[in-house]
Amino acid sequence: MTATAEPEVGKARRRKEDARLITGATRWTDNLQLTGMLHMALLRSPVAHARIASIDVTEAVKMPGVLVALTGQDLAAEQGSLPCAWPITEDMLAPPAPSLAVDQVNFAGEVVALVVARSAAEAHDALSAIDVDYEDLPVVLDLDRAVEDDADLVHPDLGTNKSATWVFDSAEAGTGSDVDQAITDAEVVVERTFRQQRLIPAFMEPRSVVVDPSPGSVTMWSSTQVPHILRWMLSAVLGIPEQQIRVIAPDVGGGFGGKLQVTPEEVLTLLVARRLGKPVKWTESRTESMLSAHHGRDQLQRITISARRDGTVTGLKVDLLADMGAYLRLVSPGVPILGAFMFNAIYKFPAYRFTCTNVFTNKVPTDAYRGAGRPEATFAVERIMDELAAELGVDPLELREQNWIKHEEFPFTTVAGLTYDSGNYEAATARAKELFGYDALRAEQAERRANGDPVQLGIGISTYTEMCGLAPSRVLGALRYAAGGWEHAAIRMLPTGKVELITGTSPHGQGHVTAWSQIVADRLGVAFEDVEVLHGDTRVSHRGMDSYGSRSLAVGGVAVVLAADKVLAKARTVAAHLMEVAEDDVEFTAGTFSVRGTSTTMALGDVVVAAHVAHNLPDGVEPGLDAAATFDPENFSYPHGTHLCATEVDTRTGAVKIRSYVCVDDVGKVVNPLIVEGQVHGGLAQGIAQALYEEAVHDEYGTLTTATFADYLLPSAVDLPHFTTDRTETPATSNPLGVKGVGEAGTIASTPAVVNSIIDAVRHMGVSEIEMPCTPMRVWKAIHGRGDGVPTTPGAGGGLGSIDARGGAE
Amino acid sequence: MRISVTVDGVEYRDDVEPRTLLVHYLRERLGKTGTVVGCDTSNCGACTVHLDGHSVKSCAVLAVQANDREVTTIEGLSRDGQLHPVQEAFHANHALQCGFCTPGMIMQAIDLLADNPDPDEDEVRHGLEGNLCRCTGYQNIVRAVRDAAQRMSPGSGPEAERVDETTVVDRSPMHAGGGE
Repeated sequence: MTATAEPEVGKARRRKEDARLITGATRWTDNLQLTGMLHMALLRSPVAHARIASIDVTEAVKMPGVLVALTGQDLAAEQGSLPCAWPITEDMLAPPAPSLAVDQVNFAGEVVALVVARSAAEAHDALSAIDVDYEDLPVVLDLDRAVEDDADLVHPDLGTNKSATWVFDSAEAGTGSDVDQAITDAEVVVERTFRQQRLIPAFMEPRSVVVDPSPGSVTMWSSTQVPHILRWMLSAVLGIPEQQIRVIAPDVGGGFGGKLQVTPEEVLTLLVARRLGKPVKWTESRTESMLSAHHGRDQLQRITISARRDGTVTGLKVDLLADMGAYLRLVSPGVPILGAFMFNAIYKFPAYRFTCTNVFTNKVPTDAYRGAGRPEATFAVERIMDELAAELGVDPLELREQNWIKHEEFPFTTVAGLTYDSGNYEAATARAKELFGYDALRAEQAERRANGDPVQLGIGISTYTEMCGLAPSRVLGALRYAAGGWEHAAIRMLPTGKVELITGTSPHGQGHVTAWSQIVADRLGVAFEDVEVLHGDTRVSHRGMDSYGSRSLAVGGVAVVLAADKVLAKARTVAAHLMEVAEDDVEFTAGTFSVRGTSTTMALGDVVVAAHVAHNLPDGVEPGLDAAATFDPENFSYPHGTHLCATEVDTRTGAVKIRSYVCVDDVGKVVNPLIVEGQVHGGLAQGIAQALYEEAVHDEYGTLTTATFADYLLPSAVDLPHFTTDRTETPATSNPLGVKGVGEAGTIASTPAVVNSIIDAVRHMGVSEIEMPCTPMRVWKAIHGRGDGVPTTPGAGGGLGSIDARGGAE
Repeated sequence: MRISVTVDGVEYRDDVEPRTLLVHYLRERLGKTGTVVGCDTSNCGACTVHLDGHSVKSCAVLAVQANDREVTTIEGLSRDGQLHPVQEAFHANHALQCGFCTPGMIMQAIDLLADNPDPDEDEVRHGLEGNLCRCTGYQNIVRAVRDAAQRMSPGSGPEAERVDETTVVDRSPMHAGGGE
């Protein structure tokens, strides 16, 4: 009897994945050693924009252990152009994107030459013997400046730095009225410009690629989130027949969107391995990672909100400039567009217009980073709601409550055209207020203000929803995305009654193996321990769309359910046959088929054996109970929540300390509360880091000055507070599990909560805006009105001695 | 240069280049790939191991500096199939997600608990300051370390982790070299 006593779904199961991770028995890509394996090192451009006048690799080839040194000219005929799968408009401009620069470099960090040697050390040694002559070109860095008519151009052939402009207008779409009219008619209008600084995903495992070529096939191990997409794109870019490519994502040490990419390094490792006929490994250093793996965010957001005096919002107008960097990577152009549907957030705006222009600069390309477009949107709307509350002189929480969608109004079709299936903003907010002690903190704030306390208290609010569970394929098609959003699962019923589940999702820290085991255990009535989850190898898991966009559970988990249901449907047929009764008389509970109204039973395990040996099956029934299913969601899922942050701001130093952080998230039904809580914690950390610590800073030559962990301030344990987390639960109606997704929630909500709290602490001192990250220097200058004449940007992290372009520590 | 070093209880004698970092020696020569490299600047702590019972960042120690010394890595913690209490606590408290920082985090936590067998939350956070995690927000790591403190009665850890007072005196030079 293998039936589980209590439901697995909902249980705080400890993770199966941990066993090898806590003992060092891991399978990171860089751990691989193959016989005869060679090592590749890459020479990267130190300049942001230049013509390559000449490259001389003669001396490098003579260095000990070196087999080959290659330049862009050597690979120009075979390297193709790196793929961009999201041409957001018909007339989008996209420059060719070589893996190895041929005659021009467009960002500092772009690869200009490669060396393959017997050891990694020898390969790196030889890089210094390569001689490159660069002829400098004007560097384009500033977004506003880049879109001016007389701007220098990143890609002169395109004739402009604007890649595409994408517009959503509620009046044109028929989802709302005209926003310009709303603004003209408004009693109150508030306009602000917010800057979404550039961030670096900074997964802990540096990227690594190993390629093993053999005649007629090639195997690539890569530290990637997207083995299936990678295989497809490698075939498309390089013209290698797809059936001859096998991609394996072994243990992958974090991604956060940063490994949702088809990288130059993957292409180059494959090309040199094929050329040399030997396995080749490339592993990046941290600095290489920061200089070349894609960055995230980087937008200028001009936001106009209109309202009536009574606080009812009447319109929202969003004008974005989004920095693409030097090239369009896999989904770069679509990232800001994912935000287009989220600026209206949980509020009932009658009129909405979103315009985004994607802009080229001489910087590292941007692409997905945890939340991808939705944190940017949530930040802007939650900041502007606070500004509107200040303008109206009302409590910011009350203003939100006045305008949000009430729980009885679901399903609700928004001004952006999405239909939110379920939610209860009142419940989440009430719980958050209770845990936070909202009223007491407001009282303390008033007291500190009255006393002129040098340490002021601020309360920051952020309510949010997000569209996740990417995605209904037909919606992606309508948005001109080149792929679908379905997910696949297959179940192998082994003759001993054990189960192998194959998923098309590609976990890299999330705990899918554990959660998927719980789902299968419940559905089939087998033991949690009896389920093995296989993933990340295109020869094993041949169909999948991988993991990103909080999609794995809401799409991939549902595919698991559907596959299990197919197994059971066939098992029921076989069981009925063996028990010699009609199928309708057969019930299935906790792993056992029984005949209604009798004591006759048959365990699933026995049915599995019977189906496997196939001695006695009904006519027309194939042996075995294996089944596969693909789920394509009808709608996105819409987690939501309320986050409250209290900060203490020392007005003498500008130092910010988070005193308490409370979040109540509604992610629908929960499969494993331990894993959900962990996802929320990690998301909060990254969102808070954007508010307080992290920024990718370039000097005026386009050199990334935050290219190490000494300069790019990832928060440590002492930089983050204890989080108080709780959940409310309104099941999603769009999938049978009722789940909504949790991967990005914390990141989306926390950044505006923190910034709102800082500004709330010092608003009475005349402060209405502080750029992120809110470093002590920036906060101090905002308070003391020293914005002019003192450098305000760039500012790396929080005081680790980073030097800005003018040589001043920020 | 010829070195002799004991790693996870086994003595190795090898010729190494003077520039070889301890972490590269462990990973590439000995196949001790449980210890990983996360940065180039000794900021992340993913490569943390114990040298004569004390935590060092093995990317900031040369292999030759380990000559005639004893190294313990994440792979040497469990004994006879029994996990170290800190490993158990990390599992029980969901203190890891992708797990890349975990070996270093566990090694540092053991060192921290050797110095302070019953740390409060603030002391744990400061004790782990040199180890970065991008997944967990640290909350469950802090919880795990405090839980481990409860699981460990003094001196109950594996033999290799027991430290007598004379070794403690020797630790400062390595800390300077360890970039902490």
